[in-house]
Amino acid sequence: MTNLVPLPVLLPLLGAGLALMLSRRPQAQRAVTFGVLVAIVVIAAVLLVAADRDGPQVVWLGAWEDIGIALVADRLAALMLLVSSVVTLAVLAYSIGQGMTGDESEAPVSIYHPTFLVLVAGVSNAFLAGDLFNLFVSFEMLLFASYVLLTLGGTAARVRAGTIYVVVNVTSSMLFLISLAAVYAAVGTLNLAQIALRLDDLPHHVSLTLQLLLLVTFSIKAAVFPLSLWLPDSYPTAPAPVTAVFAGLLTKVGVYAILRLQTLLFPDSPLTDLLMWAALITMLVGILGAVAQSDIKRMLSFTLVSHIGYMIFGIALATEAGLSGAVFYVAHHITIQTALFLVLGLVERRAGSTALLRLGGLARLAPLLGVLFFVPAMNLAGIPPLSGFLGKAGLLQAGLADGSWLAVLLVAGGTLTSLLTLYAVAKTWALAFWRSPEQAHEMMRMLPTGADPAEDTTSSAPHLVRHRGHVHVGSVAFGERDVAEAKRVADDDEPDRDLHQRLQDGSLPSRLPASMVVPAAGLVLVSVAITFLAGPLFAFTDRAADDLLERTPYLSAVLGDEG
Amino acid sequence: MEVNATLVVTCGALVACGTYLLLERSLTRVLVGLVLLSNGVNIMFLISSGPSGSSPIVGSSDPSEMTDPLPQALVLTAIVITLGTVAFLLAMAHRSWQLHEHDDVQDDVEDAAIRKLAIDDATSDSYGLTTRAQRDDDEAPREDGA
Repeated sequence: MTNLVPLPVLLPLLGAGLALMLSRRPQAQRAVTFGVLVAIVVIAAVLLVAADRDGPQVVWLGAWEDIGIALVADRLAALMLLVSSVVTLAVLAYSIGQGMTGDESEAPVSIYHPTFLVLVAGVSNAFLAGDLFNLFVSFEMLLFASYVLLTLGGTAARVRAGTIYVVVNVTSSMLFLISLAAVYAAVGTLNLAQIALRLDDLPHHVSLTLQLLLLVTFSIKAAVFPLSLWLPDSYPTAPAPVTAVFAGLLTKVGVYAILRLQTLLFPDSPLTDLLMWAALITMLVGILGAVAQSDIKRMLSFTLVSHIGYMIFGIALATEAGLSGAVFYVAHHITIQTALFLVLGLVERRAGSTALLRLGGLARLAPLLGVLFFVPAMNLAGIPPLSGFLGKAGLLQAGLADGSWLAVLLVAGGTLTSLLTLYAVAKTWALAFWRSPEQAHEMMRMLPTGADPAEDTTSSAPHLVRHRGHVHVGSVAFGERDVAEAKRVADDDEPDRDLHQRLQDGSLPSRLPASMVVPAAGLVLVSVAITFLAGPLFAFTDRAADDLLERTPYLSAVLGDEG
Repeated sequence: MEVNATLVVTCGALVACGTYLLLERSLTRVLVGLVLLSNGVNIMFLISSGPSGSSPIVGSSDPSEMTDPLPQALVLTAIVITLGTVAFLLAMAHRSWQLHEHDDVQDDVEDAAIRKLAIDDATSDSYGLTTRAQRDDDEAPREDGA
């Protein structure tokens, strides 16, 4: 069974090479990519069963025991691998569907498939790495693929967003290298299990320095406040499937690394207070950002940052219930966030935009789209009985069980974040899906010129309030960019049109292609399935958290009898 | 562990210069900063391998006198990765030049909006005064169902 462990890394890399050679034959390229990802889903499922039944599956590459590179699939790694492979498969199916519709502007170019496979290889490798340097290499693999995917086409907006993304990540890579050099100088090894044993002999201040260095590095990847500011600006400009896979997976790789770091390497130094404060501020700042947004993609990018806070909260508790809740939440959040971004891709295709300013009446225009958005959005906000509620309830219970005032504060912060998330998605729902396109159009026309509210209070027209360059309509605020955009749309000379105008002149695609809807719907179904499987999944994450806290299953599996 | 002072000073200087350049606006300078920084970090790996010894080739000398070869292997990997990053950043700087005729790293959309608000605030008449205008200002965004 251990022979399967390297395959989730090897197969996509080989597939990437093959897909690159087949770049002139799109059909074959798609077949290769799709086949590889299906194979990884199967392998990950087998590994999950094996890791649960027989303990961590370890393979030393080249059979160089103790000095080579180890790949380890324990319960946590196998679960992450399975969830990530299902999600990448859905995203790939979606982008193949998009490519088949012949939409030239957004259709993936021939480099897309190989790059996507390299990204998958990097993510798999990060989950399986039993070695800090191997973890660094996998981060670089997935980052490089993400640089290319983020700047696909090289448009001005993507180059701008990509520049910030690349510079931030290069800086974090340099920090990672510095921490690697420090770890090697301190303990003379980079194998996680060996480091775990040798760290005990170090003076406390040295190991604390190493921990903080690594924590900062991984927090940049995981977008933990105050190292999260790069994320909301860089994700939304990419093509929909790319944003979906980034939002689902890349930050979670960072969370996974923090989880490993805290449980395997530094179990005696949980830095509970520091992480709790980071989690609290991440949640609140993120969600306040989300509430202020007037574009659905940007709003979701901010909720992504915000919900990282929940996972960090679980890790900071360092109890079995906390870790179990964090692992469950990661699995839930990967599927839900990816599903939402895929659905947003559908919204963008159907209505031509994701700006709240231009949208309206989608629930009537495309009822299926409404359902596909509503279910994961409510799940994100944590409405019972969906898995978001179960994950949050698990974390909040763990926080109450901990009982310290900081944990209770976090519970309060988590509840508030959950409510504000509900507010943000409900606002989106009301504006984009419920109001009619005519209402949207009317409001949009009023933004730049603006009827004075005092002048006509009896009409049904929305009540506008101007305040420091912003326009407030009810509880929704539009910034200056939105006002400028509204002016452009309202101007008949400009070609820019909102949904209402495009419905009138019939320039909208009338139906969504099934090839794109089916993968997105599939992923929404998977996220709903997590709700139904929550019992067994929570039992599994409990066992995984147990392993993490005990450490011996991992150590003895990697090191043999020494552990 | 014995540490070579020359290496430490060189490493520190490179990392300091690299960090300084990384904070610059122009992407080309950021790129140069990255190169300096990565060289500094590579030297740090050499420091972490301890004092230098004989070449680590089996049979050429006694294993206890050999230099630790692992950090050198790590540095090699890091160099290759940095090379790739530099190439990609160069391409981005070039693309940015094609599009905008400059390669400055541009502001975050949100940052720009917030800074504009701050400037508007600082230049408005009511700034720093608790006048009636200010109080009206605060009450302005009333909640009203749309």
